[in-house]
Amino acid sequence: MTDISFVRGEMTGASPPPNPTSGPVVWMRKNLFATPSDTLLTFVGLLFLAWILPPLYGFLIGRAVPPGGTVEQCRVENVGACWAYISSEIDFFIYGFYPSVEYWRVNIVFAMLALLIIPLAMPKVPYKRINAILFIVVFPIASVILLSGGVFGLRYVPTEQWGGLMVTLIISVVGICLSLPLGIILALGRQSSMPIIKSICVAFIELIRAVPLITILFMASIMLPLFMPSGVTVDKLLRALVGVTLFSSAYMAEVVRGGMQAIGRGQYEAAAALGLSYWKRMGFIILPQALKHVIPGIVNSFIALFKDTSLVYIVGMKDLLEAVKTKNDAIEWASPTQAITGYIFAAAVFWMFCFSMSRYSQFMERRLNTGHKR
Amino acid sequence: MSIETEPTAGQPVTRSKMQISKTDVAIDVIGMNKWYADFHVLRDIDLKVMRGERIVIAGPSGSGKSTLIRCINRLEEHQQGQIIVNGTELTNDLKRIDEVRREVGMVFQHFNLFPHLTILQNLTLAPIWVRGIPKAEAEATAMHYLNRVKIPEQALKFPGQLSGGQQQRVAIARSLCMQPKIMLFDEPTSALDPEMVKEVLEVMISLAEEGMTMICVTHEMGFARQVANRVIFMDQGQIIEQNEPEQFFSNPQHERTKLFLSQILH
Repeated sequence: MTDISFVRGEMTGASPPPNPTSGPVVWMRKNLFATPSDTLLTFVGLLFLAWILPPLYGFLIGRAVPPGGTVEQCRVENVGACWAYISSEIDFFIYGFYPSVEYWRVNIVFAMLALLIIPLAMPKVPYKRINAILFIVVFPIASVILLSGGVFGLRYVPTEQWGGLMVTLIISVVGICLSLPLGIILALGRQSSMPIIKSICVAFIELIRAVPLITILFMASIMLPLFMPSGVTVDKLLRALVGVTLFSSAYMAEVVRGGMQAIGRGQYEAAAALGLSYWKRMGFIILPQALKHVIPGIVNSFIALFKDTSLVYIVGMKDLLEAVKTKNDAIEWASPTQAITGYIFAAAVFWMFCFSMSRYSQFMERRLNTGHKR
Repeated sequence: MSIETEPTAGQPVTRSKMQISKTDVAIDVIGMNKWYADFHVLRDIDLKVMRGERIVIAGPSGSGKSTLIRCINRLEEHQQGQIIVNGTELTNDLKRIDEVRREVGMVFQHFNLFPHLTILQNLTLAPIWVRGIPKAEAEATAMHYLNRVKIPEQALKFPGQLSGGQQQRVAIARSLCMQPKIMLFDEPTSALDPEMVKEVLEVMISLAEEGMTMICVTHEMGFARQVANRVIFMDQGQIIEQNEPEQFFSNPQHERTKLFLSQILH
């Protein structure tokens, strides 16, 4: 082996792979039956499904009383879910004690919310700026006028009568929309080089984060009136809104701060070296990247907030879960599966909203990925 | 690692435009000292850079050369002495700092492009939001400089899709879009693959030929020889020696300089 000289005469072209690399059979062989232990696990999994699915089907569908059924059907032995109970009380679950002749007002607000939030969430739809202004400025004002009334000949409906899904959505939408900007401001404040701003933000975050939400809601409902001049009362719903928003913003601040710490010093320096002012550096360079890094954390907080709205029963608001709990005791639908059906319904509604948020956040993560990960 | 970069064949460096002003001081550093806590990083730095000068700062790592140029646009704060850039003294006054930064471009070792913005957006952001230039005009300027660094076709891509050399050329173009009076280069080729060093150096050489006032911290001694009118050697936070490149390389005076040169020029 003395001759080590070699010069390639022609380049080797790309060849197709030897075996098919896709298709259901390949997928199964790879994922289900790759090794004996994989095969065993596959069969254990199938057995588990066979054990759990039939009774579940029987309860939810097979032996269940469909919507529109009667209470007598729900009272037979070994009955499944009593969907008739849900369909008969659905109005209360959605609107609470809101007067039924005024439901249209709530429906308009729901429709506006959907019509504004869906195009805002879809990146391809144009007119984002107008859409955002409508959503942030016009929509809240219109909603307050429509929901509480008292002007333009609309009947006044006090917030005590609001309830159900409507309250859950109001608190979570307001909480989500306010806690993110508030959290960002707190996060920036915590990073500030100005000692007073920094200590105020640190104190706020650490105080609120270290206290249970229930305590904050209690304090909002019992202590807030003590500080108010006599005669001035703060609306219950407003108290709940303030409590939930402040609580959530403290968490949000820490999530955002985590994202900002993931941004390398070079980005701050490059932005500064171009002569961008502090707010422009943050707004154009740091925050867009930081927020993108922490989308999972932000949505985590949003989901937690959405579910925490069920704690507003503390201040006497009837949110979706509380509305369901109230009706679960209703004697006219008393039946073996009344309560469990109610809870399944509430869980399903909560799950639907939270799961949508989760999916949307994954979509945004993929969309915002500009392939810069090194 | 190519330490020596031969002047590109057929493109002799035109020194005609490279006029150095005798009266117009671009940067004046007077008795400047800087500490990181107890550590004295820069000691009694005196440096006067005239308009049109092309200065290369060399020295072992940790000698304070990067820190020095980062003080010139206040990415680092100095504790003693004066730094006057384009007639503006750098103090804690944020207005003055932004004023200086607008006129001083900086190119970093790791490019520091904004990964969430396209190349074009990277180039137009500061002109639009700092200088208040209309978007169309800023984009035209950006395309001009992208042409100049020979990658106009990458304008709509994201930085992550470009090679290191391309990213660094974009970074240079980004600084140029602000039409700075002074350019600072902080080891612009140190993070590049050897094959890409040349394309970045070519851009820097052409900038020098146009008479840009430049300070480059670099280990590219070939570049220093070719374009610098002054080479500064730093060690332990001090300027040890400075001279014209020819004298500096052929006839170093200080022992430390001799040792350094013997280690990098084989």
